[in-house]
Amino acid sequence: MVIKKTIGEKIFTVINIILLVALSVTCLYPMLHVLFSSVSDPIELMKHQGIMLRPLGFTINGYKLVFQNPNISNGYLNTIFYVGVGTLINIFMTSIGAYVLSRKNVLWKNLMTFIITFTMFFGGGLIPFYLLVKKLGMMDTRWAIIIPGAISTYNLFVMRTSFAGIPVSLEESAKIDGANDFTVLFRIILPLSKAVLAVMALFYAVGHWNAWFNAMIFLRNRKLYPLQVILREILISNDMQTMGNVESLVEGSVEANADVVYFSRILVQYCTIVVATAPILFLYPFIQKYFVKGVMIGSLKE
Amino acid sequence: MYGAVIAFKDFNPATGILKSSWVGFENFRSFFGSVFFGRLIKNTLLISLYSLLWGFPAPILLALLLNEVKKEKFKRSVQTITYLPHFVSLVVICGMLIDFTSTEGVINDIVEAFGGERTNYLMRPESFRTIYVASGIWQGIGWGSIIYLASMTNIDPQLYEAAIIDGAGRWKQTLHITLPGIAPTIVILLILRLGGLMSVGFEKIILLYNPTTMETADVISSYVYRRGLLDFDYSFSAAVGLFNSVINFILILLANRFSRELSETSLW
Repeated sequence: MVIKKTIGEKIFTVINIILLVALSVTCLYPMLHVLFSSVSDPIELMKHQGIMLRPLGFTINGYKLVFQNPNISNGYLNTIFYVGVGTLINIFMTSIGAYVLSRKNVLWKNLMTFIITFTMFFGGGLIPFYLLVKKLGMMDTRWAIIIPGAISTYNLFVMRTSFAGIPVSLEESAKIDGANDFTVLFRIILPLSKAVLAVMALFYAVGHWNAWFNAMIFLRNRKLYPLQVILREILISNDMQTMGNVESLVEGSVEANADVVYFSRILVQYCTIVVATAPILFLYPFIQKYFVKGVMIGSLKE
Repeated sequence: MYGAVIAFKDFNPATGILKSSWVGFENFRSFFGSVFFGRLIKNTLLISLYSLLWGFPAPILLALLLNEVKKEKFKRSVQTITYLPHFVSLVVICGMLIDFTSTEGVINDIVEAFGGERTNYLMRPESFRTIYVASGIWQGIGWGSIIYLASMTNIDPQLYEAAIIDGAGRWKQTLHITLPGIAPTIVILLILRLGGLMSVGFEKIILLYNPTTMETADVISSYVYRRGLLDFDYSFSAAVGLFNSVINFILILLANRFSRELSETSLW
């Protein structure tokens, strides 16, 4: 079919592309700004004003300081632990829960479903949650980060819907062959649900990577802090102690004064941002399609 | 959720929930009577309403614009880039915001270039909502558009073909086919947003606010956090939290009922 393009449509196409390019630049620029600044000379950084299109000078001293900082390396290791162990527990708990809710003849299934749905729309609140975790003796332990969010209700329902789509005849024939529920779940259901499992694991893992609030209220021991809590001290509270020896960056410089120290601190903050964000942004292009798939799975539920 | 009963008690951690004495609605009464009550409700509602007003249509608009792009490669690049901010952690986003809006920051450089005055935006109560809402859109616009793009792919292509034969241009096609096609998705998401009108999350608030901006920045959830976990006023803040939960619950029930009568689309 030949479609004639009117002048109006041509103008629209051009404006549309301009708008979308502008939006992309807006989304990308803040990150580039941080990246360029993180390798710039702090003294140049101080003199510079406005949009930055390339690094000013070049130094990796900021990164050296960040990599030598025990707070950051320790936070990194903790975060990796929380992401790894936490996601495994998430997937295990969510799949056994979803299995029960997806089977037909389960006792009190509707009641259970109702109670679980109810928590999606009504919760006791932050304070009862805090007291509960405290009462369970999880204060200041790694469990406080992993256990309370072990199942996300939304993910549970997404998984249940996907499990329910698997033909019952598969389960029945396995049961006739003597399989119990665990065998059915682990040998039949889960291998058939790899796509949904991957999506769930990704959502949970990103959630763990970005989580900071529970760690902030439940942990006192700095050795257990995940990266985001350290980041909060460096980026939000401007905590010089957590940052490491910022003054060492400008030592011996003729122009070393309060302003230069201020910009060195910004340099260290930017390096920290890059170090903390790079892993997700590097992985992102490879896993993007799974995330998009995840949103679709969720939307099919309705 | 059982812990919520402490809202009706004078809770003392030493004696435990069961043995603490009942005080009825005393905690609720003192909240309704406090000077913070009006301010918190107003801030929560305003932040929500502005987020809804600007933030809700933004992803729909983006999805519609993307839908008009014929070059697959360009479309995919724009999508990849605009989804990106969704994955940057909140702490990092707020750290960047604090830096960019500071007196020496890049936003002030631009403002000054256009003849404006340098100020620290996060120290000005009147800018807080703008910063909160704008950064929210920045972070969520791409990710939010996915669901609309997905529902656009479910529209029958024959409808467009028929419309073209009838002489409809792209604008008419968007107005009469694409928009009605994604309307159920819009309604569902709108219900969810309306149901959450009184629940503004505290995470971003407590990362961004400071004593100078509290008069516009403090919302119910951040107040609960401060009174409960920083001042250890458990019973009082649990009551405030419970009040908030009940309101939210009623709102979502109402929104659902409303949409079922209006458009036969509902959550349950």
